[in-house]
Amino acid sequence: MRTTFLIMRRELEAYFTSPLAYVFICIFLALAGALTFYLGGFLERGRADLGAFFVFQPWLYLFLVPALGMRLWAEERKSGSLEFLLTLPVGTAAAVVGKFLAAWIFTGVALSLTFPLWLTVNYLGNPDNGVILAGYLGSWLMAGGFLAISSCVSALTKNQVIAFVASVALCFVFMMSGLELVQGAFAGWAPAALTDVVASFSFLTNFDAIQNGVVDARNLVFFGSLIVVSLTINVALVELNKGA
Amino acid sequence: MDVLLEADRLTKRFGALTAVDDVSFQVRRGEVVGFLGPNGAGKTTTMRMIAGYLPVDAGRARLCGVDVQQQPERARAALGYLPEGAPAYGEMTPLGLLTFVAQVRGLDGNARQERLRELRAYLQLDAVWRRPIETLSKGFKRRVGLAQAILHDPDVLVLDEPTDGLDPNQKFEVRKLLQTIAPDKAILISTHILEEVEAVCDRAIIVARGRIVADGTPQALQARAIDHNVVALTVPADAAERSLEELRNVAQVASVEQQPGSNGELLLLVRPANGADVLPAVNARIREAALPALEVSRRRGRLDDVFRTLTRAA
Ligand SMILES: Nc1ncnc2c1ncn2[C@@H]1O[C@H](COP(=O)(O)OP(=O)(O)OP(=O)(O)O)[C@@H](O)[C@H]1O
Ligand SMILES: [Mg+2]
Repeated sequence: MRTTFLIMRRELEAYFTSPLAYVFICIFLALAGALTFYLGGFLERGRADLGAFFVFQPWLYLFLVPALGMRLWAEERKSGSLEFLLTLPVGTAAAVVGKFLAAWIFTGVALSLTFPLWLTVNYLGNPDNGVILAGYLGSWLMAGGFLAISSCVSALTKNQVIAFVASVALCFVFMMSGLELVQGAFAGWAPAALTDVVASFSFLTNFDAIQNGVVDARNLVFFGSLIVVSLTINVALVELNKGA
Repeated sequence: MDVLLEADRLTKRFGALTAVDDVSFQVRRGEVVGFLGPNGAGKTTTMRMIAGYLPVDAGRARLCGVDVQQQPERARAALGYLPEGAPAYGEMTPLGLLTFVAQVRGLDGNARQERLRELRAYLQLDAVWRRPIETLSKGFKRRVGLAQAILHDPDVLVLDEPTDGLDPNQKFEVRKLLQTIAPDKAILISTHILEEVEAVCDRAIIVARGRIVADGTPQALQARAIDHNVVALTVPADAAERSLEELRNVAQVASVEQQPGSNGELLLLVRPANGADVLPAVNARIREAALPALEVSRRRGRLDDVFRTLTRAA
């Protein structure tokens, strides 16, 4: 626990002592704003909610979160600092969880900096702030899901570009598995139960539910277990690959 | 038991290559052991297994009696390890990195401040204390790595090329540091600098192609050199013939070779049979026969020669 916390804090400090944090946050906010206002028609919609903002979150995360996650292990192995870290009295699991938490908190910081949007809807109208809160919660959980997958992929390679591309691809699969395109591929031959399972793995489906203000335990469990499973695999991959 | 570091039949394979092949040795408290071998001999790989970073294919390593594979965190608490190349988090400063290590090692409050001050003075890090490590020169990076390894005053130190990249002053300082802390620790250092072995090591282990080819005190290893106990004497060129004749007949002398020297002098190398010490006998003969010896010395044998002989491809 203690070492997990120390590693998390070290990582967070590292984010903010390098340009990474500022570049990431700026681009995240700029893209989120642009998508919300131009593509989402935030103002023209004339509705007091943040739907126009949340609807693009998955797409934004699809590229930005793997960019954050790709370095987690690939860079550490490439630079040799992994050998330094893992020969301290630190368990691999503590290192994996600590690094993940730092990155996740960091996405939380970026996300929370979109609060001017929330102020705006409250100024312009009378939104249901509970729904908005649920939306933020769902968005952050989804970021955690993307991040856990990216971290896991990052442990597979020393090459950050490979880690990024592979993470985006894998995240995309998870995102889309609820859509008709993917469902169609299963529908013809697979039993309905399997199709449902595949659909239930979809980020979009799970996120939509929460974003609409329905915080269902199933959706929370989905993201939670996705994170836990990914990180467990992550620990095994770090162990397996550390010497190679 | 004062065996603090134990490598027991360690073996590591990378595909078809057996990088470390059945390597066993022990390091006791108070011992500084030099780990030598040509590039690619398996020194780093062995040290990584001892530090619990690389999984072993066979064998086991113990630190203070604790199995590294079975209880990695407990074993590592007793270990100070400097990985090859002294990797670190480049964006951190020495202050930040050492603070992090101290916290992970459970050192807090005043004790931590105190220890950091000590290390900063010990390794002369003042000038770079608050600069990002990635901007430091190689020698300073190495010193930060050393500071990190000895920070918690561990019982066992495993240092992979600790003096690589240090200037002569710093090499001297590091050797002095090792000698100061050695009495209550077991220290394993790999190095390519053979004088270092003579200067700080109580024992040297030589590996080649993943196997141990020699393990002994520097003196015992020197004794295996071809010119161990060879007596070298300089004589004027006109006395060469006579000296050669006389010296050949000294007891236990195997052969006498002559080599050209400078300004009309010759160098005679008296090679003893079976490494015997023939200096007293040679001296006696010089006196009896009134040989005009200008200089007489006994060679101890060079570690370089032993190293080359033992590690040359079979
Ligand atoms: N991760 C790895 N994958 C494949 N082969 C490896 C790996 N690490 C080391 N080797 C090989 O194992 C052998 C031993 O390497 P090692 O780094 O232990 O040598 P060394 O004695 O430390 O050499 P040096 O004096 O150059 O530091 C080498 O042939 C090396 O190429
Ligand atoms: Mg090496």
